[in-house]
Formats: sequence, C-alpha cells, structure tokens
Amino acid sequence: MGGFPILSAMTFLPLAGALIIMLVRAATAGSRDASSSDTEGRTALLAGLIISGATFIASLAAFGAFDASQSGYQLVEQYSWYRNISYKMGIDGLSISLILLTTFLIPICLLASWNSIHKRVTEYVVAFLVLETFIIGVFTAMDLVLFYIFFEAGLIPMFLIIGIWGGKDKIYAAFKFFLYTLIGSLLMLVAVVYMYQVAGGSDFEILEKYSFDPNVQTWLWLAFMASFAVKLPMWPVHTWLPDAHVQAPTAGSVLLAGILLKMGGYGFLRFSLPMFPDASHMFQPMMFALAVIAIVYTSLVAWRQTDMKKLIAYSSVAHMGFVTLGVFAFNEAGVQGAIFQMLSHGLISAALFLIVGVVYDRMHTREISAYGGLVHRMPVYATFFMLFTMANVGLPGTSGFIGEILTMVGGFQASTWAAFGAALGVIFSAVYMLTLYRRTVFGKITNPDLNTIKDMNRIEWICIAPLAILTILFGVAPNLIFNITEGSALRILNLMAGG
Amino acid sequence: MIDFTAMILTVGPELWLVAIALIGVLVGATLKDRFNSVSIKFGALALFAAAAFSLMNYEGGEAFNGLVRTNTFVNFAKFVSYVLAGFALLTSEGFLKRHGTIRYEYSLLILLASFGMGMILSAADLMTLYMGVETLSLSSYVLAAFHRDSAKASEAGLKYFVLGALASGMLLYGASLVYGFSGSTEYAVIAAADPSIGMMFGMVLMIVGLAFKVSAAPMHIWTPDVYEGAPTPVVAFFASAPKMASMVVFANVMFTMFGDVIDQWQLIICIIAGLSMIVGSLGALTQTNIKRLLGYSSIANMGYALVAVAAGPELGAGPLLVFLTLYVIASLGLFMGVLAMRRKGGMVEGINELGGLMRKRPVLAIALSILIFSMAGLPPFGGFFGKWEVLSAGVEAGLMPVVIILVLASVVSLGYYLRLIKIMWFDEPTERFEAVDGPVTITVLLAALIAGILFLFFISALSGWAGTAALGLAG
Repeated sequence: MGGFPILSAMTFLPLAGALIIMLVRAATAGSRDASSSDTEGRTALLAGLIISGATFIASLAAFGAFDASQSGYQLVEQYSWYRNISYKMGIDGLSISLILLTTFLIPICLLASWNSIHKRVTEYVVAFLVLETFIIGVFTAMDLVLFYIFFEAGLIPMFLIIGIWGGKDKIYAAFKFFLYTLIGSLLMLVAVVYMYQVAGGSDFEILEKYSFDPNVQTWLWLAFMASFAVKLPMWPVHTWLPDAHVQAPTAGSVLLAGILLKMGGYGFLRFSLPMFPDASHMFQPMMFALAVIAIVYTSLVAWRQTDMKKLIAYSSVAHMGFVTLGVFAFNEAGVQGAIFQMLSHGLISAALFLIVGVVYDRMHTREISAYGGLVHRMPVYATFFMLFTMANVGLPGTSGFIGEILTMVGGFQASTWAAFGAALGVIFSAVYMLTLYRRTVFGKITNPDLNTIKDMNRIEWICIAPLAILTILFGVAPNLIFNITEGSALRILNLMAGG
Repeated sequence: MIDFTAMILTVGPELWLVAIALIGVLVGATLKDRFNSVSIKFGALALFAAAAFSLMNYEGGEAFNGLVRTNTFVNFAKFVSYVLAGFALLTSEGFLKRHGTIRYEYSLLILLASFGMGMILSAADLMTLYMGVETLSLSSYVLAAFHRDSAKASEAGLKYFVLGALASGMLLYGASLVYGFSGSTEYAVIAAADPSIGMMFGMVLMIVGLAFKVSAAPMHIWTPDVYEGAPTPVVAFFASAPKMASMVVFANVMFTMFGDVIDQWQLIICIIAGLSMIVGSLGALTQTNIKRLLGYSSIANMGYALVAVAAGPELGAGPLLVFLTLYVIASLGLFMGVLAMRRKGGMVEGINELGGLMRKRPVLAIALSILIFSMAGLPPFGGFFGKWEVLSAGVEAGLMPVVIILVLASVVSLGYYLRLIKIMWFDEPTERFEAVDGPVTITVLLAALIAGILFLFFISALSGWAGTAALGLAG
C-alpha cells in the first residue's frame, strides 16, 4: 500500500493516450484536407507507438518492483468503490507475465499496421489503445466485479476493430465474435452476482478463502466455464474464432490469438481452480475429453484448410487444448506448463499471423494455392517462416516444445489417455504446419504474380525479429519464465488443496 | 382546518406546477402567439424549479387528511422525473418551430402531465392515484396527437386514447374492488386489511392497468405505434419522465398497499417481467424505424425494472431507482439522437439513415454509441450498474428463472443494439444531417457523459442515495 500506483498508471496510460489522440484530432479537424489524411494517420500511429511503448516501459517498471520469490499478490492498490466492491489491483507471477506479453505485443501490432491500414487510422490507433487498457485491466484486477468490467468491456473495441478494418465478411464475423463471447460472459455475470452476495464481497482474497457449497460450486463452475470456454476457445464453442481471425486485420488477429485467448486460460487458473476445487475435480474428465477432442479434431480440420489464416486459427484452438490439459492436470508441471504454453503461443501465433500478413499485404490473398516457391524470392521470409513453423510444431529448442512437453507431462500424471491423445495432436500439428510450409514456400513459382514479390522490409523485420529472439530464448532458457510463475502456480494448487 | 405548511411541503412542487400552468393559460390568452416560444423556456424553468422544490422537503410528509403522502422513495423519483421533463421540454423548441406547431399549449400540456406524474407519486389514496393517472394520461393523449394534421400522429393519439381508456377502466375497476373489500381507499388501511379473494381480484386488475401505463407485456401493444406516430419530442418525454414516475408508482402501489401479500403477486410480476423482456427484445430485432425500435427496447427495459419490483420492497426498491435513473437518462439521450436525424427534406427515422454517422458527426456518433452500450448494459458504461443492481436484487430474492431470462434477453437485445452501432460505425456514410439544435446537442452529450461515464465514479453515491431513499418506504 502507499507509494506510486504503478499498476493503475500502467493500466490507464493507454486510455489517457487514446483520449489525447482523440482530442488532438478533434482540435485539428478544421485544418484537414483529403491529401493530409495520410500524414495524419502516420502521426496517429506514431503517437500510438510512443504511448504503447511507454506502457511497455511502465510494465517493465512494475516487473522490476515485483518480487518473484513471493507467491501472493503484490503492489496492491485498494480503494473502496461501490457497495462491497473495491477498486483493487495487484499482480502475481501469472498476471505479470501475461501483462508483459500484452504490452510487448501491442506496439508490434501498431507497427505492423504501418503499411497495411490506410483508412480511419486515428480511430484504429484509439481502438487499440483502449483495448490495451482493458486487457491489462483484466490481468491486474483483483476484484471479481472489476475483472468482469474489464473482461467484457474489451469486446467493444475488438468488435470495432474487426468490423471496421476487417475483410469482406467482417460484419458477420464481428457479430459472431461479440454475441458468442457475450452469452458466455453474461452467464458468468449471474455467477458473479451470486458469489458476491454469498461471500459478502468480490475481492479475490475473500473469494479464495470462502468455500462454496459443493452443489453450488457445480453451477458456478459451469457458468464460469461458459465464459472461459468461449474465450479460450474450447471445442465445440470455438467456431467464432476462425471467422474472427480470417476477417480481422493482421494486427487484430495478432492481438486475438496472442492475448485475448489467454484470458480464458487465465480465468480457469484464477477462478475455477482455486475457488471451485470440488467442481474442478468433478469436471476434470470432461475437460480432458474436451481438450483432447480440441487437439485432435481441430488439428485435422486445420490440415484441410485452404486459407492460411484459418489454418493458423484452428492450430490456435489445438494449442489452447494443451493449456486446458495442463490446467486441469492439477499438478505443478501441468499448471506451469499451461502458463508457459500461453506465453509461448502468444509469441508464436502472433508471429505466424504477422507472417501471413506479410504476404497478404503484397498479394491480397490468403489462399494457400496462390502461393508456392516463395523461398526463391523471399529467403529471409522463408527463414523466419521456418522458425515459427517449427516452433508451432514444438521443435526442441523453441518455446513451443517446452509448453507442450510440460502440459503433457502434467497430463500424463493425471491421465495416461489424455496425454496419449494430446501427443497425437503433436504429430498432427507437424502434418498441417509442414504441409502449409511446403505448399507456400517450397516448390516452383506457379503464380506469375509472385515473380515480382519483394522480401521483408525493415518494418516487418522489426516486428518479427523480437518474437523470433524470444521464442528461441524461452526455448533454451525456460527458467526465465518458470522462476516468475512458480510462486503463483504453487499458490493456486495450494488453494485448491484447501491450504 | 387545513395545515398549509404540511400541504406546501408535501405537494408543493405539484401545486407550483399547476399554478404555473394556469398562469400560463392566462398569459397565453393575452399574448397569443408571442408567448409560443417563450413558453418553452418558461415551462422548463418551472419544471427545474419543481425539481429543486421536491428536494427541499425530501423527507416528505402527509397532507389533505392522508390523500397524499410522500417519502424519500417517491421524492427521489419526483426529482429525476421533473429534471428529465424539463430537458424534454427544452429540447423540443427547434423541432416544433420547424414543423410550425410551436404553440404555448404544448408547454402547458407537458406541465400538466408533469403535475399528474407528481400526483401519482404523492398519492396515498386510490382517489388521488386515479385522478393523477387520468391527468397524466389525458395530457399524454393530446400530446401524442399534437401534430393534428399528421395522420400518423392522430392515429397514435387515438390508439393511445382508446387503449389507455381501457386500461384506466381496469385500474378503476380494480381500485373499486379493493375499496369494496377493504372498506377504504387509503393505502395504509388497505395494507392492514384482510387480504380477501375479492381484494386480490382488485389487485390483479390494478396490476393490469398499471402494466399498461408502464408498457409492460402483454399490455404493451400501443407502445411501438405511439412511439412511431407521435412527434419525436413528445416521445422523448414519454420515454423518460413518465416512464420513471409510472414505474415507481407501480412499485409504490405494490410495496405499500400489497407489501404483506407479496407471495400473491410476485409470480404475476415475474411473468409480466419475463414476457416484457422476451417480447421487447425479440420485437426490436426486426425493426427498421428507430422510434419503433426504441419503443420495443423500452418494453424490454421495463421488464428488467419489473424484476426489481418482483424482488420486493427491501431488496428491490433501491435497485429499481438506480436502474430507472440510468435508463431514463439514456433513453432521453437516445431520443435526442433521433431529433438530430434531420435532412433537408425533413426528419428521417429509418435506422439506415444513421449510416456512417461516425464519419460525418463523430461527436454525436460517439455519444450515441456510449448511450446504446449503456442501455445494453455493457460495462464499463453506467447502464451496466443498473443491470447489476437489478440482477443482484433478483438473485438475492431467489428469482433465478427470471434472472436467466434477463440475461438471455440481454444477449438478444445486443443483436439490435449492435446493429445500430454497426450502421453508425461500419456502413458507408449517407448524406450529412442538418445542424443540430443547441439544447439537443447539449442534452445528448450530457446524457452520454452522465449515464455513460460519470456514473462509473458516482455509482456509489447514486446507489447510496437510492438505498436511503428506499428506506423511506418502510417509515
């Protein structure tokens, strides 16, 4: 308590920046003409980059103040707000790692839009910054109602991002995304109201200590699961994801796959396990089954895709299956692996969407059949693509391997069959990723348009290279992350065991 | 001997309004057309003064031998209703001027309708209640048909009148049954009387009449037609101040007169609430006229409010006030948006006319989007807290089925709220709207700022006031 409210500052910095950008634009609205709209867009993007960069630095400062050797919530700020609801913020190892991922990816998203977004750029930057505030808020909130507010508020800017800057079926995709997510969240809202009333508050620490009646737990668990399963997404409620991904602009897909999906995993770890331990144990077999189906089924679906983005979207669903498997293994390897897998997938899927974006910006098609032989014209691109293909498959030495192996080890301790099913998914992921890579990068150039295609430019380099470095770094030295998350993983398992 | 102090303190705002309205008649008869435009500001000022007046004796009192009795619960509603009525009146000037129907009678009718609102809120006796309802309704019928040359407005007025008269009849018949079986028209005596079967019959008939006045299903049929046909400023008024007043009166009647027999009416109210939410949210899905759409949306919202009524006086009264306050402010703000939909050829009402508003009038579009999201109950906007309060009350009272309906209806309602957002933000721009009147702009911005954003910071205070106000019911 006391001291500088670094978490609030970090959370609301992007929102404040967005408001300033809007005000500046409103103030200069009179002096604009058609020819200057592009420079205005570049200025807005630059401002957005500076603000999100500052947010990244603020999150690093919060990370600096964070003590990884302690397992509880740290840097807590608390003010009473409304009835028994308080404005309470804090971080632990789980949330700070996801926050760092968020603040790291947003500047990359904005930079990646430099050459691909040309209409309504100011609004675009504002939407991203507002969304950043809501995402960070989800991970810093330590009060269930506050969490819910951030969780659901994030739908609005994402709806606009898909709906305004998306592809040709953007309206359908935006509505589907919004309504799917909303129906889950509203069921969760009823559970939130109930918990708030029964436990007499919505503070995480109160709720973690309160033991809900096992019968009630079942219902509460299901309501929370409705929300997180859609968000994660789990089979069979994953169908909004491919649509949203395909229609969203590249940066929107990066954000969606990189961060928004992680909210589901975060929710399971933060609420379902510590607050409803009995129900979690009861539903473990179901969750394993759903995880295995997600891994195997969506891998097979991914294999048959003709659209590159759709393929990666389905692969995301499969990889999130590993997260479910790890979370519901209820052991240290599983939970640590699930957190690691979320971070690693955040980097890899973000990079893969950026890589698709690179060729989409040049060719304006995502059909796999339109490509082939890219290696002849774009050697650097082919190298990066190879790296992330391998990382997505789970090649040792990349972060993808650590996440998959740990979740499977955790799953194996809990259920041999589940681990067996998940291992099948690893094989399938090699099948679809290598097929994609072979068909786009290798072979002869069949499409004459490809003869003039250029290799990655400097901006694309700056976007993708940091992701590549981190993917390898975390693959070689996973302890960098495990040291941060160990405390919270153990704490979650402790709370679950009733400690 | 009449106790003048008590009288002034209890129904002072209403006496003030009726006096102003009568003075207005005299001034209007003398000045004729010169009074037309002034009367708007004159009436709005009188309404704001009445709002301030209702705060002066916020604790309330009793007068006319128990015919009227106020407490904090109704005074809270009075204050909000008068302020909104003032804004609704203030913003109608430009519209009426352009349609050549600016006449001082308009302001006077709004004042008289507001007087009726105040009377039903203050009522502690069936006689006062009925007379207040009639004053409000008769003024409303005339207001709905105020554009007498327009076929649609006349149709709206007539429809409203015929159906409204039927509902008033039901209310009166119910009241007479209640009187017959309890032996008194006073709320307090009825509350203490033995709840015989005849009295329950009367109660159900009164519920029917009141449900009509708040436009809850299945007594909602008039709402979309009247909303579509009546002049927009009139609808802005209907959708704000009387909504708040009627719903609080509904709650007041159920809580003070039938508070002890809640198990007799809770199910009825739940069914009405559930039906309203279903009918309202499904009905709005296919509407293409913005006023009709908002009409259906108001039916659904009244359903939400009724969940709080069904939760009973201890749990529901405070949440009801919070929800209604946030709702009526947003509702007024959205109708200001409808008033802004003006082209060279006149007013337009199709929702597609809003196309690309974000590109043409970004400030208006952002304000309307905030109001729409707020009305949809999405965080972080104010409306979320209204819904939160109602949900809390419903869950605490154990009304799970209707709470689930509420949640599902919210999802369905997002279907049409999002369609409006889509049209404003995604679609290609249509022709630019004409410049908006000053008061309309200010009101829409204020509504968006207050209902949408500021209540994030003041929700604690609002819920505190509402909670304290609700205590007035017990005292």
